[in-house]
Amino acid sequence: MQITMSVNDTEYSAEVEPRLLLIHFIRDNLGLTGSHWGCDTSNCGACVVWLDETPVKSCTVFAAMADGHRVRTVEGLERGGELDPVQQGFTECHGLQCGFCTPAMMMTARWLLDNNPDPSAGEIREALSGQICRCTGYENIVRSIRWAAEHEAADRAGAPGEFGDSVQEAAG
Amino acid sequence: MQVPAHFEYEKATSVEHCLALLAKFGPESRVLAGGHSLIPMMKLRLAQPETLIDINDLTELGYLRVSDGELRMGALTRHAELLSSPVAGEHFPILHDAERVIADPIVRNRGTIGGSLCQADPSEDLSAAFAAVRAIMVIQGGAGTRTVPAREFHLGPYETVVESDELLTEIRVPILPGSGSAYEKVERRAGDWPVGAAGAALWLDGDTITEVGIGLAAVGAAHFSAAEAEDALRGEPATDDSFTRAGQIAAEHCRPISDQRGPADYKRHLAAELTVRALRRARGRVRGGKG
Ligand SMILES: Cc1cc2nc3c(=O)[nH]c(=O)nc-3n(C[C@H](O)[C@H](O)[C@H](O)COP(=O)(O)OP(=O)(O)OC[C@H]3O[C@@H](n4cnc5c(N)ncnc54)[C@H](O)[C@@H]3O)c2cc1C
Ligand code: FES
Ligand code: FES
Repeated sequence: MQITMSVNDTEYSAEVEPRLLLIHFIRDNLGLTGSHWGCDTSNCGACVVWLDETPVKSCTVFAAMADGHRVRTVEGLERGGELDPVQQGFTECHGLQCGFCTPAMMMTARWLLDNNPDPSAGEIREALSGQICRCTGYENIVRSIRWAAEHEAADRAGAPGEFGDSVQEAAG
Repeated sequence: MQVPAHFEYEKATSVEHCLALLAKFGPESRVLAGGHSLIPMMKLRLAQPETLIDINDLTELGYLRVSDGELRMGALTRHAELLSSPVAGEHFPILHDAERVIADPIVRNRGTIGGSLCQADPSEDLSAAFAAVRAIMVIQGGAGTRTVPAREFHLGPYETVVESDELLTEIRVPILPGSGSAYEKVERRAGDWPVGAAGAALWLDGDTITEVGIGLAAVGAAHFSAAEAEDALRGEPATDDSFTRAGQIAAEHCRPISDQRGPADYKRHLAAELTVRALRRARGRVRGGKG
């Protein structure tokens, strides 16, 4: 069947078998190998990408189900040649060792911060609870995401925004 | 690599279109909702449908609202949407308790409440929660719409009353004043299926129990509920003694099996203990505590 989807803001069309999983479409058809494929049983979370606005385990989604939708992978995280603060946080805080879990952790972290800009360590752990890291013991992953949260907050406070400070405080 | 068997894929564009596709492709076709039970089963070739009818674009089935004194939820409501719905939490905290411990946040972004109920896994948390609050299932087919009480919805493990040419479209829960509800689950690790779980909904007049619902998951309870324990509670004072007795009755009537999540006698113990805890927490909520 013919499918068309936007991946990291680029349109892709392809002829695929309906049984092709989204993770394999992303990795094998598009060559975007940042998203990883681990357990194949929706447990490890290495395959997390965004489908429209939310992270999903792409080993448990058919590529056909993303037809007509938007997908975002770790390759689409940086903006305008700048690393996303989440990526910077992982660099600064040693948030990875082997790196297998990292792209998916960062996709979930970006989603978390978009919805909750100042998460507690507990909220971060809850958000990541469907994803397994075999190296770091999670501590530095939590630190990395806190680093991103704090730097984004500082950027928001420092940047002369469209609104006055009082509006920002009221909203925050 | 786990590869499902070959199938044909159809995208439904409306409920009517979905029903027409189900009629056209017959009993070998399956509805595809979140896919978080069906796709794993297809990977293991435990399911080999010839045609999948994808309902994920039916936004008309994704809603949560109160109307006619009922909380009404579209079948395609994602677990995450139920969990974040203030109106659901206000009337039925049991649903939030249960959702908080169903799978993990990423699975909850995709899995749907209708899919959970139709999967009919004996360990499905929502089946127990909806049995406790006596939900009503709305099923649509070519011949029209029918409603079925939650406790008559499941025919057995992995089997429901939904026919192969029908669609579960809505779940309704009657809102009756003076209620409190709660869900208690024991799991081996975060995000896992229950070893055992119990949900309770209580209606009190002063200290007297006027109505009660008890739901049980993963312990082999008939219709995911504990009818005998409910009978023993109606008209009784809402005391710990009454609750303990109800827990014992619930445990006596369930039929847990030993598996990788635990031995049968431990699950029976959980049925009793979690029933008591859920009832206590529900009582606290009737009386206005957040609990
Ligand atoms: C890692 C993991 C952990 C999990 N942990 C838990 C847990 O702790 N507790 C728990 O209760 N559940 C758990 N689940 C199960 C999860 O809740 C369900 O898999 C999921 O929500 C099922 O919904 P779905 O939308 O994905 O259904 P699907 O997989 O799409 O469908 C399941 C079945 O229902 C049918 N169906 C779906 N929607 C309809 C409809 N509207 N009308 C008629 N038939 C329909 C399908 O044809 C299929 O047979 C877990 C799942 C995973 C992957
Ligand atoms: S590969 Fe998808 S969750 Fe493990
Ligand atoms: S860094 Fe190795 S699995 Fe997380």
